Amino acid sequence: MFESIIRGKVFKVGDDIDTDQIYPGRYLYLTSPEEMAVHAMEDVIADFYKKIEGEDWIIAAGKNFGCGSSREHAPRALLYAGVKAIVAESFGRIFYRNALNVGLPAVKCSGIVKEVQQGSLIQINLKEGLIVLGTPEKTLSIEKFSPQLLAILKNEGLIPYMKKYGKYSHLKNI
Amino acid sequence: MHPLYQILADAAGRDKVTPGEFIIAKVDLAEINDLYLQVIMSFKEMGGDKIWDSQKVTFVMDHYAPPPTIKAAENQTKMREFAKEQGIKYFFDINRGVCHQVMPEEGLVWPDMVLVATDSHTTTHGAFGAFSTGIGATDMAAVLLTGEIWLRVPEIIKIKIQGKIRKGVMAKDIILYIISQLGTDIALYKAVEYTGETVTDMSLDERLVLCNMAVEMGAKATYIKPDKKVWDYISLVNPQKIQECRPIKQINEKENEVYESVYNFDISNLEPQVALPYRVDNVVPVSQVAEEPINQALIGTCTGGRINDIKIAAQILKGRKIFSSVRLLIIPVSNKILEKCIELGYIQTLLNAGATLVTPSCGPCLGAHEGVLSSGESCISTSSRNFPGRMGSSEAKIFLSSPATAAASAIKGVITDPREFL
Repeated sequence: MFESIIRGKVFKVGDDIDTDQIYPGRYLYLTSPEEMAVHAMEDVIADFYKKIEGEDWIIAAGKNFGCGSSREHAPRALLYAGVKAIVAESFGRIFYRNALNVGLPAVKCSGIVKEVQQGSLIQINLKEGLIVLGTPEKTLSIEKFSPQLLAILKNEGLIPYMKKYGKYSHLKNI
Repeated sequence: MHPLYQILADAAGRDKVTPGEFIIAKVDLAEINDLYLQVIMSFKEMGGDKIWDSQKVTFVMDHYAPPPTIKAAENQTKMREFAKEQGIKYFFDINRGVCHQVMPEEGLVWPDMVLVATDSHTTTHGAFGAFSTGIGATDMAAVLLTGEIWLRVPEIIKIKIQGKIRKGVMAKDIILYIISQLGTDIALYKAVEYTGETVTDMSLDERLVLCNMAVEMGAKATYIKPDKKVWDYISLVNPQKIQECRPIKQINEKENEVYESVYNFDISNLEPQVALPYRVDNVVPVSQVAEEPINQALIGTCTGGRINDIKIAAQILKGRKIFSSVRLLIIPVSNKILEKCIELGYIQTLLNAGATLVTPSCGPCLGAHEGVLSSGESCISTSSRNFPGRMGSSEAKIFLSSPATAAASAIKGVITDPREFL
């Protein structure tokens, strides 16, 4: 089910976290969710998948998160490891598409990094286009999704979207 | 209207497009490599049965060529089966090379097309005047299903390069320098056009390097206005296309109405450059990093394995030997390039110098196989990325350079200015 409000604890990372760091090239031949999940972020944070187990986490990143390769393994590994969403100053463009396509909300929010701490609670409200920070309570606005992207996101990814519509159907009137 | 916008407007069936808007574009060619069995998985999960057009899809087995693990071999087997079952016209197996060379060689790239491929370095084909961009597996599955893709029309950054290139300096040095000045996200969600006399004077091989590396600035696509060099190439590989491509229109608007920003570079005094670990924009002139010891030198891949690149390596290494503790990997970008290099004697020269020849492929560039690094090792490489763990151990260091600098460094065992040998 698509949830327009996502709550979670912040896992904070820096600028330019590339796809090799998110999912190393040596595992690109893997295709099963269980096998991929254990390698998520392993070169940056050892046992990342264990560290986020049992709780809802949102990655908060600086600029250019997911730069580099086109590998869809990167957002898939994060999704399979249990990451609920990613908020970043900006994203590598292919990663951004891939994340939304696999049903992992990727949200652009200017100023996010300096507003949050590791482990702090935040709430992403996709409907209102806001991020609500816990303490002190504060809201930040997020970049609006285009109608096509919003439709993909609401359908929890491009696979369910295409299964339902069989073609791109949300950009007709522009 | 900029030619890139003309391509996108045509592909979307519209008169014009403006930056920032979203369109649904028809795809002229979709390329899938052997990392992406997920494309087929996603296609089937979407309920896909027959692909939209078997004549407009190509598979290139290049990342795991030949496969290093049973799982990689099985993935390729499944892709071969799918390609056969779907009647995919252009299937290139492990004996052909890297997609970004194989596609142009096979006449599958031309000006004014829309090309999408499951590889970030698809920006390469802007050197032919195509709109070409990298996408992921599920995006590609939707292309196979519908023949279309949603795109945000990118703003365009113009990079004008002026000045005569000094001896021992290559396109790779120029693009490393430009990235170091502009940063890794300057072109995020945008397209990059290269112009200027330096670009005009460059061979196609060298222009491809500029376009290939643009993704390291975040670029979605690139553009170099096709000139005689491009048309001569197209007339060799796909003469029919010469008739079909529409003439490239002049841009009538003012510069500031077309481009989001314009950057000027004068490279007349540029020295060979090296990107230090672990960032592509962490660049210094070679003199500042000279004497840094290396264990491996890699000359090859889609960034640095073309004729020009192998030729200069052979020139530098002719009659010389690589340093006793250095491994030198030569990875021509395609089998055709390998054959040409054999014919011209470059490969024999390099083997005599002590080089190791690797199958035309992506090789160890992405850390998959064929020359990955152990912890604590250093490699100087003509490839595109030096991220932590990119080529094996995350404790290894990758220095990016031109083929000339990599060849000179292989001789001395430390990072070396190639002008010493030219």
